[in-house]
Amino acid sequence: MAADTELTPTKYIDHHLTHMTVQVQEGAFWALHIDTLVTSILLGILGMGFVWLVVRKATPGVPSKRQAFVELMIEFIDNEVKNTFHGNRHVFVAPTALTIFVWVLLMNTMDIMPIDITAWVTENVFGLHYWKIVPTTDVNTTFALALSIWFLMIFFSVKVKGLGGWMYELFCTPFGKNPLLWILNLLFNFIEYVSKPLSHSLRLFGNIYAGEIIFLLIGMWAATGVAGAFFGAILGAGWAIFHILIVTLQAFIFMMLSVVYISMAHESH
Amino acid sequence: MNINFTLISQALAFSTFIWFTVKFVWPPLLRAIEERQKTIADGLAAGERGRHELELAGQRSSEILKEAKQQASEIILQAEKRASEIVEEAKNAAKVEGDRIIAGAKAEIDHEIFSAKESLRQHAANLAIAGATKILRKEVDANVHAELLASIEEDLK
Repeated sequence: MAADTELTPTKYIDHHLTHMTVQVQEGAFWALHIDTLVTSILLGILGMGFVWLVVRKATPGVPSKRQAFVELMIEFIDNEVKNTFHGNRHVFVAPTALTIFVWVLLMNTMDIMPIDITAWVTENVFGLHYWKIVPTTDVNTTFALALSIWFLMIFFSVKVKGLGGWMYELFCTPFGKNPLLWILNLLFNFIEYVSKPLSHSLRLFGNIYAGEIIFLLIGMWAATGVAGAFFGAILGAGWAIFHILIVTLQAFIFMMLSVVYISMAHESH
Repeated sequence: MNINFTLISQALAFSTFIWFTVKFVWPPLLRAIEERQKTIADGLAAGERGRHELELAGQRSSEILKEAKQQASEIILQAEKRASEIVEEAKNAAKVEGDRIIAGAKAEIDHEIFSAKESLRQHAANLAIAGATKILRKEVDANVHAELLASIEEDLK
């Protein structure tokens, strides 16, 4: 029992990286990370709810500070979308970009929360032993977003160009419509279709996960003594400040890539 | 790092949030922003119009000023002309009046001369008669020569 309760670095990291899991059904696939799901939905409700509350009372006259902030963000995103997407962006693409940016940004920002304090709170206040508060360090989240965008890509490809047009594009681009090249084209497009969601999701996941690991390492150093605690605090603060840039940048990149992929689906080669 | 059912639930959450944003968040704000853009555009247009009107008003005022100046100079010209006319008239009138006065004075003088001559003649006649009377007193009877004297007196007149 003594070995179980003793806190080793491995256990420390392991504890922080373990999801609270519920088995929905038998089988490895049917596990559900409750912490990821609940945190992300709460953050989504918080973020979109805030925007909604502000927007509901939006006036065309002089805006309040909160409205000005939301407008600033929305106009920034709208501008980015306008430069990339050339259809009617207000129907779907721009609101989707806004959702992605706000949600992913909030989920990433959880990374800056002091890991051990939040772990203590979830354990002692809510009684949850395992609770990862950063949903984007769960590969399921990033893949869920990336694959949703991927399906939207295919949906818009078929919708804009028709099933025949999409097939034509799969077989006859980018190398040409010679039947000899069909296999090559298909292979090329297949690789593109596989690599897009992979790079899309793993970029976000990797960046945030790595950030989390570094916070854990700093936390481990801080546990070694006074000097460790001192330098750990300085490094932790530095890394957190640097991380503000990373979480925003990654949220922005994720949003921009989503917009670019959906835009590409709208355009024929 | 294991793919599991979380992925599907996250995807569902994601689509719900997208639906919510598309339906409830984006349209009202877009409306507000577009309305404000319209207001700003209207304001700018009104400002432009105001500037244009100001320009026109400035043009109009300078035109009016020019006209007024022209009118004023015309009036001054007329007044000067009229003034010189009046002066001319006054001169003429004064000349006529002077001539008249001179003519009157001349007539008066003539009259005076005539009456002076008359009285002189009378005096001379009287003196002559007196002289003649003194000369003739001794030689001539007044009664005898009265007729002669009267005729002389008549001649002298």
